[in-house]
Amino acid sequence: MPNILVFVETSASGELRSNPAGALSAAAAIGTPVAVVTVSPGSGAAVADTLGKLGAAHVFIAESASAATLLATPQAAALAAAAAEYDASAVLIEGTTDGRDIAGRLVARLGAALLADAVALKRDGDRLVATHSVFGGAYTVESTVEDGPVVVTVRPGAFEATSATATPAIKTVALDADGSASAVIDSVVEEKAVSSRPELREAKTVVSGGRGLGAADKFVLVEQLADALGAAVGASRAAVDAGWIPSNHQVGQTGTTVSPDLYIALGISGAIQHRAGMQTAKTIVAINKDADAPIFDVADFGIVGDVFSVVPQLIDAVASKN
Amino acid sequence: MKIVVLVKQVPDTFGERKLDTTTGLLDRDASEPIIDEINERALEAALQQKDADKSVEVVALSMGPSSATDALRKALAMGADRAIHVLDDSLAGADVARTTAVIGAAVASEGFDLVVAGNESTDGRGGVLASSLAETLGVAALTSIGELTVDGTSVSGVRATEYGTVTARADLPAVVSATERAPEGRFPNFKGIMTAKKKPLATVTLAELGVGDSGARSTVVSVAERPARTAGVKIVDDGTAATQLAEFLASNRLI
Ligand SMILES: Cc1cc2nc3c(=O)[nH]c(=O)nc-3n(C[C@H](O)[C@H](O)[C@H](O)COP(=O)(O)OP(=O)(O)OC[C@H]3O[C@@H](n4cnc5c(N)ncnc54)[C@H](O)[C@@H]3O)c2cc1C
Ligand SMILES: Nc1ncnc2c1ncn2[C@@H]1O[C@H](COP(=O)(O)O)[C@@H](O)[C@H]1O
Repeated sequence: MPNILVFVETSASGELRSNPAGALSAAAAIGTPVAVVTVSPGSGAAVADTLGKLGAAHVFIAESASAATLLATPQAAALAAAAAEYDASAVLIEGTTDGRDIAGRLVARLGAALLADAVALKRDGDRLVATHSVFGGAYTVESTVEDGPVVVTVRPGAFEATSATATPAIKTVALDADGSASAVIDSVVEEKAVSSRPELREAKTVVSGGRGLGAADKFVLVEQLADALGAAVGASRAAVDAGWIPSNHQVGQTGTTVSPDLYIALGISGAIQHRAGMQTAKTIVAINKDADAPIFDVADFGIVGDVFSVVPQLIDAVASKN
Repeated sequence: MKIVVLVKQVPDTFGERKLDTTTGLLDRDASEPIIDEINERALEAALQQKDADKSVEVVALSMGPSSATDALRKALAMGADRAIHVLDDSLAGADVARTTAVIGAAVASEGFDLVVAGNESTDGRGGVLASSLAETLGVAALTSIGELTVDGTSVSGVRATEYGTVTARADLPAVVSATERAPEGRFPNFKGIMTAKKKPLATVTLAELGVGDSGARSTVVSVAERPARTAGVKIVDDGTAATQLAEFLASNRLI
């Protein structure tokens, strides 16, 4: 079984970010999963245990004083070191903002090829084959690398966690990161997880709001319905541009791609770029007062109506069902 | 100061975009090729430096088929001083590694203080080019920045990530990438359009850049088109729509 590296993102204080279980499971299906973390000296041991519970057979801990102060270079150096240490045939990196930076550096450093934004992975003999969902899910494309090292960015939330618990072999190394060709982080503001709301990329239900909400203080209606359904909150670019919600909630072509069981669009016209990020949802519901809004072309259940009267009633109706 | 802006020509996202299901490559006849909106923002960031200091030189660079000239002319009309078009038949279907190697060679031979790219292209969506290019050039990468601040020796900005915001900076020379939160590109004015035709647009080949074949390559194995989604029930709210929707959700076990 070839060794497959999985980069595990940590916060500045060394806690695991998002959920690396999906990527570790993807690696376990094609080889032996080796989790790689880059942390400040002394803070690696805590995560190793957790990574074992998520299926990592090995944990490679690179300790670097600049882990939290340089952008992407310590992590790329750690992965390059781990690739040599474990003679890895592939490196999986979650395709987050930071993950893609690390992948970019690593591709150039290793002379590797990139399989970008994979939603599924399999082995075909010696080759690794990645599946991509292209142009908003209009096409399913499979790609591979004939030979040589492979870096894969995996779409966050696309892989199910299936791996069994392992007792990982742990290796800790000290990493000297050279900061001369790196951006320097001055400060970080972590967005606090709002109440117990699920993450947009992983949620089973997403409630999104658009320009139809009309104002920042009215956008809470979207949040109220989301909370009534245990859903994540999404938004159109118009709502983000208006400053009603931070940009990491944007769904669409240039935002997050979501594939939940249920997607509810409130006051969103359904421009092609918005649909590109949500049309692979299993069930789509739209509420819009314009009967001709293109969102209705993809909605399984459409209501031509005013969000300000329908949504409060819907919240009550949902409450009475529970 | 010399700023190189990386401009990619992409199919218009407002149109129906198609892949050739036999080659896996973009069907270039299916939709109108335009300059990617994110690159107009990248260019705007560079032009604002030029507005503040006339000695700043802005060079637009694109690697792509012959039609990419139009994207470069648009960049010139918006206000770039010069353009470079890397044009070579062997680049059709180039993957990220090859694109990075080629753009890296072109940028290195041009020389730069700052390279501005988009954070991700609307067709490829790889979103790795800026950092990969920085690694190739041996410089810092400051990526996914909303609004750039450039002084004579460094560049800084705020990047929004999935987890919050990060304020970061880099010494020049550096590669930066701009996000959708960066200011929109300006409209070319009449004078811009007229002078664009006279501004220098150089075409270079791979042989001129001295770029050979790169190593590992990603290739397409298969392409399948998904059936388009169809519309379901649509009701006009008569005061009972919310209850009907709740019934629908309950009967589909969605609540
Ligand atoms: C390169 C590029 C990338 C883009 N990427 C994205 C992206 O990632 N995500 C994205 O969303 N957009 C994206 N866009 C923008 C996209 O084209 C649209 O401009 C945007 O999606 C519109 O947002 P909206 O539906 O909220 O606003 P609008 O199109 O203005 O629609 C608002 C809707 O609300 C309805 N409405 C108003 N009041 C009410 C009410 N009281 N009750 C019910 N309905 C009401 C209206 O009928 C209307 O249909 C992109 C554009 C480009 C060019
Ligand atoms: N062929 C190209 N020519 C010029 N710039 C490019 C090209 N491909 C990518 N870029 C630049 O890199 C950015 C990110 O692209 P990508 O990594 O493909 O998502 C784009 O917005 C462009 O600025």
